[in-house]
Amino acid sequence: MEAFTTHTGRAVPLRRSNVDTDQIIPAVWLKQVSRTGFEKGLFAAWREDPEFVLNRPEYQGASILVAGPDFGTGSSREHAVWALQQYGFRAVVSARFGDIFRNNATKMGLLPIQLPEDVVEGLQDKIAANPAKEFTIDLEARELRCDEGGVQTFEIDDYTRWRLLEGLDDIGLTLRHADAIGDYEAKRQPWLPVTA
Amino acid sequence: MGRTLADKVYDAHVVRSAEGEPDVLYIDLHLIHEVTSPQAFDGLRMANRAVRRPDLTIATEDHNVPTTDILKPIADPVSRTQVETLRKNCAEFGVRLHPMGDAGQGIVHVIGPQLGLTQPGMTVVCGDSHTSTHGAFGALAFGIGTSEVEHVLATQTLPQRRPKMMAVTVNGELPYGVTAKDLILAIIAKIGTGGGQGHIIEYRGEAIRSLSMEGRMTVCNMSIEAGARAGMIAPDETTFAYLEGRPHAPSGPDWEAAKEYWRSLRTDDDATFDKEVVIDASELTPFVTWGTNPGQGAPLATTVPDPASFADPTHRAAAERALEYMGLTAGTPLRDVTVDTVFVGSCTNGRIEDLRAAAEVIKGRKVADGVRMLIVPGSMKVKAQAEEEGLNEVFAAAGAEWREAGCSMCLGMNPDQLKPGERSASTSNRNFEGRQGKGGRTHLVSPAVAAATAITGRLTAPADL
Repeated sequence: MEAFTTHTGRAVPLRRSNVDTDQIIPAVWLKQVSRTGFEKGLFAAWREDPEFVLNRPEYQGASILVAGPDFGTGSSREHAVWALQQYGFRAVVSARFGDIFRNNATKMGLLPIQLPEDVVEGLQDKIAANPAKEFTIDLEARELRCDEGGVQTFEIDDYTRWRLLEGLDDIGLTLRHADAIGDYEAKRQPWLPVTA
Repeated sequence: MGRTLADKVYDAHVVRSAEGEPDVLYIDLHLIHEVTSPQAFDGLRMANRAVRRPDLTIATEDHNVPTTDILKPIADPVSRTQVETLRKNCAEFGVRLHPMGDAGQGIVHVIGPQLGLTQPGMTVVCGDSHTSTHGAFGALAFGIGTSEVEHVLATQTLPQRRPKMMAVTVNGELPYGVTAKDLILAIIAKIGTGGGQGHIIEYRGEAIRSLSMEGRMTVCNMSIEAGARAGMIAPDETTFAYLEGRPHAPSGPDWEAAKEYWRSLRTDDDATFDKEVVIDASELTPFVTWGTNPGQGAPLATTVPDPASFADPTHRAAAERALEYMGLTAGTPLRDVTVDTVFVGSCTNGRIEDLRAAAEVIKGRKVADGVRMLIVPGSMKVKAQAEEEGLNEVFAAAGAEWREAGCSMCLGMNPDQLKPGERSASTSNRNFEGRQGKGGRTHLVSPAVAAATAITGRLTAPADL
């Protein structure tokens, strides 16, 4: 996983609620067996509209997506996270995230930043007024800072923050407890099914 | 203090817990399909890791398989490569696979229960958000991403934090003609697509107890549409009767021992929930969606809502956008909305009872001119049973298409798709923009409403016929 410490970049406002993972990456893009190339499918249907916010010249190169509430609902497809990252996003700001999307994002190093809905709307207004505005995300301090001042503090649990700061792979962390897994397995109920 | 059903199942699977760290949770059953697994197997290969418990893992081909000509190679080369990749991975890592054409093939959430692999008190995961279906048995079952699929393959565990608990109590009796699908659509409309976020929903109450296992699976299946990763129903005699004699269900003395344990899997009287919602089943009527998320639904007997009637500006904007996408005008009676396609199938409503419900309505009648009706059984076993009961002939006589098993038009990864602007009544779970094909418009309905709609060409309840 890519480590996340601090990031400075421009933002893009996506003023829609319930942006489900089918919108982030339509199912037709999920047939790939590789982990790359998903940026082309990001918001594929919406990007056909030249007026769609990601198509506007002032938002080219933006790396922080500031979206409406309930971002990433629906399908468990991690491809949604890959598509956002491969397009160039390092963080997504929303008032609420789909549980599975949020989990997938933290596994890959895409930072989900949850802020109150009115704060997110305020950020969207600021960005729309000046798309060149830069923001800095400081994960250590749990802060989203604006270049002209203004600091938003966000919550993230210590463990997830540590994993993201260090860029640690969960499997390696769990395998430190292989003995405990073996002990548990020895005590499972005898009637539990096997597929073999 | 007492514990909830979900607490009990969670506690029984904690391999290790430590202050400030997620728990390591053991996974009893890992279901795999072609779409969310290839990158996970690649990860194992790159790290030189094995599948820890292939004997707790099972794979099927469901998401992108065609539902016609299944004995020929898949025409779409990209889909074909993905299916072939699953076959290679399963062979290399020793995982049991039910490939296309196999009598055991089907939608991953249909075959687990059908085989008796899904049992009360188990933890079940799959790289698919509708894994919540298995919660109908009192299992803790939830969808995961591909990184987590790799994690489960390598360790048979997942790092987890105990979710919050939410109770949805459905009192009273569902009126005649109102089904589990109507109930869950009404629940989602009430609590919203984010209402269950961070929670496991336990469905309780008289109306839930009265549901068949198929109905319970329909309800738990759509928990994710209310934002909850998992939905659960305490196991009871209905659960045991469904399981008894299935290929992987316990037998002999194990059956009795298992049942004794399963009976303990209920929420204690003094347990508390973080959130509670109460619904009166007797007030419900057939329910359909009008918008582009599953929370945008209303009783079929009502009209397309006016966005101005939503007090919350976010909901208002979402409704405006949804009506534009759906090509609907506020105030139109939902019964006047005409459809081009009717889809009966999916992990929500592709089981035998669903096909029976649709067949009962359409028997002796005809699909309306200009409407195509697709019947896609949830598994080859469901298909075989339906054929034994003659349901395929009922559908064929009505002019509906009888297909092979798979996810099909629920998500349009195979050739079963809506064309831009086409409108469907669908027994699936998501009415998202473009879900059933780019530009397609979806109304979520129950199998009975789907069949009645096919007959008239307009959204219709069986009682309207």
